[in-house]
Amino acid sequence: MLEIKDLHVEAGGREILKGISLDVKEGETCVLFGPNGSGKSTLLSAIMGYGTCRVTKGKIMFKGKDITEMPVDERARLGIGMMMQRPPNVVGVKLGDLVKATAGGDVKAVDNASDFKMESFLERDINVGFSGGEIKRSELMQLTAQKPDFVLLDEPESGVDLENIDLIGKKVHDLLYAKNNNCPNGKRCVSSLVITHTGQILDYIGADKAYVLRDGLIRCTGRPMDILKDIKERGYGECISCRMVKME
Amino acid sequence: MQNGEDGIRKALEKKGAFGPDVDLDYYDEAGMKESIPDLKKADKDTRQIMEHVGVMADEEGRAGTIMFIDNSMSHCSNKMPEGIELLSTKEALKKYDWLKDYYWKAVSPEKDKYTAKTYLDDADGYFIHVKKGVKATYPVQSCMLIGTKKGAQTLHNIIIADEDSSLDIITGCTTGNHVNDALHIGVSEIYVKKNASIVFSMIHNWGTKTKVRPRTGTIVEEGGHFVNNYVLLNPVGTLQSFPVCQLNGKGASCKFNTVCMADEGSNVDTGGSVILNAPETTAEIISRNIVREGNIIARGSLMGNAPGIKAHLECRSIMLGNKGSTQSIPELGSTVSDVEMTHEAAVGKIARDQIEYLMSRGLSEDDAVSMIVRGFLVGSIQGLPDHLKAEIDDAIEKANLGS
Repeated sequence: MLEIKDLHVEAGGREILKGISLDVKEGETCVLFGPNGSGKSTLLSAIMGYGTCRVTKGKIMFKGKDITEMPVDERARLGIGMMMQRPPNVVGVKLGDLVKATAGGDVKAVDNASDFKMESFLERDINVGFSGGEIKRSELMQLTAQKPDFVLLDEPESGVDLENIDLIGKKVHDLLYAKNNNCPNGKRCVSSLVITHTGQILDYIGADKAYVLRDGLIRCTGRPMDILKDIKERGYGECISCRMVKME
Repeated sequence: MQNGEDGIRKALEKKGAFGPDVDLDYYDEAGMKESIPDLKKADKDTRQIMEHVGVMADEEGRAGTIMFIDNSMSHCSNKMPEGIELLSTKEALKKYDWLKDYYWKAVSPEKDKYTAKTYLDDADGYFIHVKKGVKATYPVQSCMLIGTKKGAQTLHNIIIADEDSSLDIITGCTTGNHVNDALHIGVSEIYVKKNASIVFSMIHNWGTKTKVRPRTGTIVEEGGHFVNNYVLLNPVGTLQSFPVCQLNGKGASCKFNTVCMADEGSNVDTGGSVILNAPETTAEIISRNIVREGNIIARGSLMGNAPGIKAHLECRSIMLGNKGSTQSIPELGSTVSDVEMTHEAAVGKIARDQIEYLMSRGLSEDDAVSMIVRGFLVGSIQGLPDHLKAEIDDAIEKANLGS
């Protein structure tokens, strides 16, 4: 589904990613671990095609197509969706209007707002004055309307209280199992690349593979729960050094 | 009129305080006299032109209509709801002796050459009077159309809302299909009496060479409320407007909302001034501008002369593309200490991260920009009437903003 080869990316005049290669297969959930500033969010932005980053070398392939230079909207229409950690405020634009536009003008796309506890936000300006949990629920409602085949989730559980985490976890689960999109029961139809620090979200979605990023490079890969355990017990440095050996 | 007719004649030489000077001698007196007793039977072109500025030919949802083509009245509803009167200014002056107390009292004929010309032309216009305690269900609509090439249209309107009354007025000013090079001067004097309310919404739609100089003065008494919505979405030669509202009674309030788009060649200088003369008065001046290779100056002036007042001024402009220019000129002043007066101004392009955020939901760049511009022009101003929103939507759709 997604294949990245030797990707170098600059942002803010600095090289952030220094030769990333990874792949996500159809239906697969891959986790990105890494300390703050390691380049995880930049990688997701580069896959979505945001103008804040510039690919200087390497290739991003999606569904067999080279999308390295493709505009953001074409990537979205090809099936990529993004849940941003801190999406921008869009003053004057109502959340309900964006959800409808995302669903190609389908006015029924907002009918499920109460499932996301967003029914009283449809007439609000997008993200303006939203709390951490409200932003996540809003993003998930938009993504559900978008029906992507592949989602980029940037810390879906960050800034969310304990009560909301359950709702958000379940909605991410439904998104990946494409509950709204005729996916056979119990099959994970939507692939994803998930950034998480705590691993909380993994209780809801399960994951197949994990990558650890540091200083713009993938330092190791392995089973998500094993890596998370290592990071929790021994920190990133230890985790990386002991697993590097295994990689070689 | 300090100096009488001589003073006014002298004022013909007096350039406007703002905006490029207009040579009044260049224009002919616009002389079309076309009577349209039944608006529904007006020719298709005229109906289209009217509806483009929010004036409904079938008068659906309107209390009544008054229309001027060039300098003479073409239509005036003869059946008005109880308590609302609609006449030409000249008829009203003949009918009501007391009207002279309102004639040239909110705008001085010596203000500049445009008001002087209107005075010396003995210009006609509309007179709208809502009587005491009358709350109008539907708005009154007026249409000012220039039908003559190189024509000068001068109009003098008077609106009076008596105590405890309320009325919405929709005004559309425009040029006929074959008219581009023309001059419009409209003097409007608006009186909002104790606890009365007027919402005055105006759409302008001109030709690329049309020169436009409206002159508006409003006086609001105790507890009165005045809203002035102004929308300009299509190209114009030069337009300069700086309505002045005086809040003279305790607790009076006023709001100016301005929405402008300046295309290539358009020279737009708009804004408003509110003078808060009485205690506990409030004012808000909001302007939203889109610069598309044209020039916009957004002015706003608030002057506080009494304690306990609150006033806010906000000018925001978005520049699309690399041509054109914009200037925000906010002004605050006070002669007393117990006031709360603020302003903010912002000029810039649409934030790229907002465009890309919407694009990541599958919207094309054009659609994303249109959505953000619509939010900026419509969504961020409270209480714009629906017909203005619809006109703005329509203009955004036609404008191909992403390119």
